[in-house]
Amino acid sequence: MQRYSLLSLARHALGRHRGWTPLWRKAAPRPRYAVVIIGGGGHGLATAYYLAKEHGIRDVAVLEKGAIGLGNTGRNTTIIRSNYLWDESARIYEHSLQLWEGLSAELNFNLMLSQRGVLNLAHTESDVREGRRRVGANRLNGIDAEWLDPAAVQRICPILNISADARYPVLGATLQRRGGVARHDAVAWGYARAADARGVDIVENCEVTAIRTAQGRVTGVETSRGEIAADKVAIAAAGHSSVLAAMAGVRLPLQSHPLQALVSEPVKPVLDCVVMSNTVHVYVSQSDKGELVIGAGIDSFNSYAQRGSFHVIEGQIAALLELFPVFSRLKMLRSWAGIVDVSPDASPIIGKLPVEGLYLNGGWGTGGFKATPGAGHVFAHTIAHDEPHPLARPFALERFASGALIDEHGAAAVAH
Amino acid sequence: MLLIPCPWCGPRDEIEFHYGGEAHISRPADPDALDDAAWAEYLFMRNNPKGPFAERWVHNAGCRRWFNIVRDTATHRILAVYKIGERPPRRAGST
Repeated sequence: MQRYSLLSLARHALGRHRGWTPLWRKAAPRPRYAVVIIGGGGHGLATAYYLAKEHGIRDVAVLEKGAIGLGNTGRNTTIIRSNYLWDESARIYEHSLQLWEGLSAELNFNLMLSQRGVLNLAHTESDVREGRRRVGANRLNGIDAEWLDPAAVQRICPILNISADARYPVLGATLQRRGGVARHDAVAWGYARAADARGVDIVENCEVTAIRTAQGRVTGVETSRGEIAADKVAIAAAGHSSVLAAMAGVRLPLQSHPLQALVSEPVKPVLDCVVMSNTVHVYVSQSDKGELVIGAGIDSFNSYAQRGSFHVIEGQIAALLELFPVFSRLKMLRSWAGIVDVSPDASPIIGKLPVEGLYLNGGWGTGGFKATPGAGHVFAHTIAHDEPHPLARPFALERFASGALIDEHGAAAVAH
Repeated sequence: MLLIPCPWCGPRDEIEFHYGGEAHISRPADPDALDDAAWAEYLFMRNNPKGPFAERWVHNAGCRRWFNIVRDTATHRILAVYKIGERPPRRAGST
């Protein structure tokens, strides 16, 4: 792997920058692998990276139906935080946040992690109770969390309208100072480059069309680029989890919905934190380019179309302007949707499926981006040992039969 | 934005409706006889096809009645509309 440093920059400058090489090889699929990972987003690539780095399993292919970074990895609103309510969630999201904090150095790739603080606003008495409870729970789990009254919220975010007669009055907010944003496609590129350097094949434009099994055991996959045999197959395909699991005859408790987002024209720095509101379905941050990145709630209906209905954006912008009257003259540049697979308890499903050698990391709903390093890390362990990582164990598919649900609707921040 | 043909009121804008999720999920006839896996199947497991999908909607800003449609989740095209209690038309090919 070509390492990036001031020295390498200077050396390439002397060569007029003609010597830079691509981040990863354009691998063609081989007929057989120890592990095939379906889905070349951040989660799949992180899984491949940790399989190679921590478990010495380098005979790995990551199959991506399109190109790296063009799926949900490049469609989210890049928010990172770990202030979830329950112990199980707090552990896995905090594990992820701690990996984020060292990841740019580890991957030798600038992920532009910016821990600028995340506010979760409370607009109702029940929001206040839920928020204060969550702050207490976070602190018991060693996660930085603060409860702010409206005046303190305004000190963090001066442009927020906290007047008592606002349509959505701000009654307080939780603040996680270590939360923030990162550059989403850089995460995929950084993991792809590091996994490739350890021998992982990253196969783009390779859509899985069937999962082959024999005697209750997975034997490989059929793809648009031919058949590939594998000892283990791991699904990390976000919105398409149900479609892929169905190829192996496995039913999941997931529903796929569009989740829309949009960005404004670039403006001078005006918002230096992330503001989220579960109650009015809007979350916003300002990118380094100056664009406001604004996310909505999910569209109610099931869809794989990567587009949603306009009334959802209309409601989202109406709420945004109530909270930030200063944005009323901004023009919006573009909008899009990603497909999110929503689970009944707003928590992911990580672990083994009822077919031997088949694994799932999915059901992250609207909140998978922040979990990219942690999910990849525990999923790689689960695949390598054929046994759930301790942090992943509570998120097994079996919880829907046992009843041990992990209800994170309050902390998920996007209404499901 | 969907244009949804309510079987009583005709085609109306999506904002007049509320989504009810997958259609044809019947409450178990003998709940006492169910084991945990069967309860999980009834409560949580769902079809989630990329393609024709039978689903319920309610026209809550209109006639306030529930009905079923078959809609392709990859294209949003509505393939069939039918009333509660009826089975999806065979040609709609829903799962």
